[in-house]
Amino acid sequence: MITVVLPPHLQTLAHVRGDVQLEVDGQPTLRSVLDALEARYPMLRGTIRDQVTFERRPFLRFFACAGDLSHEPPDAPLPAAVASGAEPFFIIGAIAGG
Amino acid sequence: MSKVRVLVGTRKGAFILTSDGKREKWNVDGPHFAGWPVYHMKGSSVDPNRIYASQVSDWFGQIIERSDDGGKTWIQPGTPPGEPAIAAAGGMPKPASNKFVYDTSAATGKPLTTHQWYDGTQHPWEFKRVWHLEPSTADPDTVYAGIEDAALFRSTDGGQNWQELSGLRGHGTGPKWQPGAGGLCLHTILLDPKNSKRIYIAISAAGAFRTDDGGKTWKPINQGLRSNYIPDPTAEIGHCVHHMTLHPSRPGVLFMQKHWDVMRSDNAGDLWHEVSGNLPTDFGFVIDVHAHEPETIYVVPIKSDGEHFPLDGKLRVYRSRTGGNEWEELSKGLPERDCYVDVLRDAMAVDSLDKCGVYFGTTGGQVYASANAGDNWAPIVRDLPAVLSVEVQTLP
Repeated sequence: MITVVLPPHLQTLAHVRGDVQLEVDGQPTLRSVLDALEARYPMLRGTIRDQVTFERRPFLRFFACAGDLSHEPPDAPLPAAVASGAEPFFIIGAIAGG
Repeated sequence: MSKVRVLVGTRKGAFILTSDGKREKWNVDGPHFAGWPVYHMKGSSVDPNRIYASQVSDWFGQIIERSDDGGKTWIQPGTPPGEPAIAAAGGMPKPASNKFVYDTSAATGKPLTTHQWYDGTQHPWEFKRVWHLEPSTADPDTVYAGIEDAALFRSTDGGQNWQELSGLRGHGTGPKWQPGAGGLCLHTILLDPKNSKRIYIAISAAGAFRTDDGGKTWKPINQGLRSNYIPDPTAEIGHCVHHMTLHPSRPGVLFMQKHWDVMRSDNAGDLWHEVSGNLPTDFGFVIDVHAHEPETIYVVPIKSDGEHFPLDGKLRVYRSRTGGNEWEELSKGLPERDCYVDVLRDAMAVDSLDKCGVYFGTTGGQVYASANAGDNWAPIVRDLPAVLSVEVQTLP
């Protein structure tokens, strides 16, 4: 079970509070986790990655295990601690504005 | 007694302001979609409880919201709360109401892939946001969306699925369109209430366009416009139209607030002439028409394109009762000094009560209303986030 932490605005949009638990078949990757997230919460489609190009939206970052995974290839395996559910996968909005 | 519902989109959410027909006491409801910019909200004239909203952020992109109860509750079309969010196993994916995909099909006959960028090079079309939502005057499930990068989309299922009317970008001048400072945005959609096949749209900074066949083919309608900042001041396209409006009883008469100049056309945009007349400055963004007097129009003059605030720090609406050229200052109840707000292009609207109400919102977060066609003004609210859009519904 993968634990995903969404930014507050996306929690509101998805009607959830706190972390999200997702089942992902096989070795979890950025792509498979985001696919599972969007399948479970279709209202999040387009809010994290572009619906046509599947590129990460520029003001969002992916973090896990104290590392920045934002530029990892979409099919690269996520850290084992994320795959086991020991560590969460963070989707974080860039800090900006006033 | 009639009621009025004012739909206000702001930088940090949406607000719904309601009053009875006297328009003296107001209830302020919101913020809806707190923290998100709401570019535009508009209700259906066929079913006033049907309201569409464009919620959009630089972080999370575009969301389309719809209310079927006058703004009390909202859904993203296709994913209502309470329904299982997971698509049925093996079934079709849920509709994505925020999916705007440019038409690149062979049927258009053209690879509609690029427009002109700021540096003159060609740049791919990229969806950024919905600036304006225009519900059909005949069917509450049909709604048009004006988007950035400029294109016109239509949904016929209540906002669940969107298809581009690609004849607009494909009519020939598309590759020459260039963004203005605010982006390459299609911000104005006018549906002709007497001719369902005729639609007018405006794009910054490409100009105005018209279709007479329901969106299949389009023509630029910019003759008579003059823009000194472009290489050919009388070019077919390239004009920075800020807003257009019409009166439903005379849909062939158009009024335009251009970057500079207030313009009028008496032949559905085929030819324009300037009606700035005695305005203290003819730069501005909004323009609107009185609900019952087709020759009475309103603008809010803004000092210049470099200084987006009222002249002399004094907020004034100007009204012409002659369809332009002769303008009178309306300032009773508006700030007389130290006012440096802007009034953005979609932030003025009118109601259709006996004494026409006029409303506008400012980047300072005020929404001003006049219950007597502009003679006197008072703020409904003073401290909202910057106002992006104002629409009004007159309810029985």
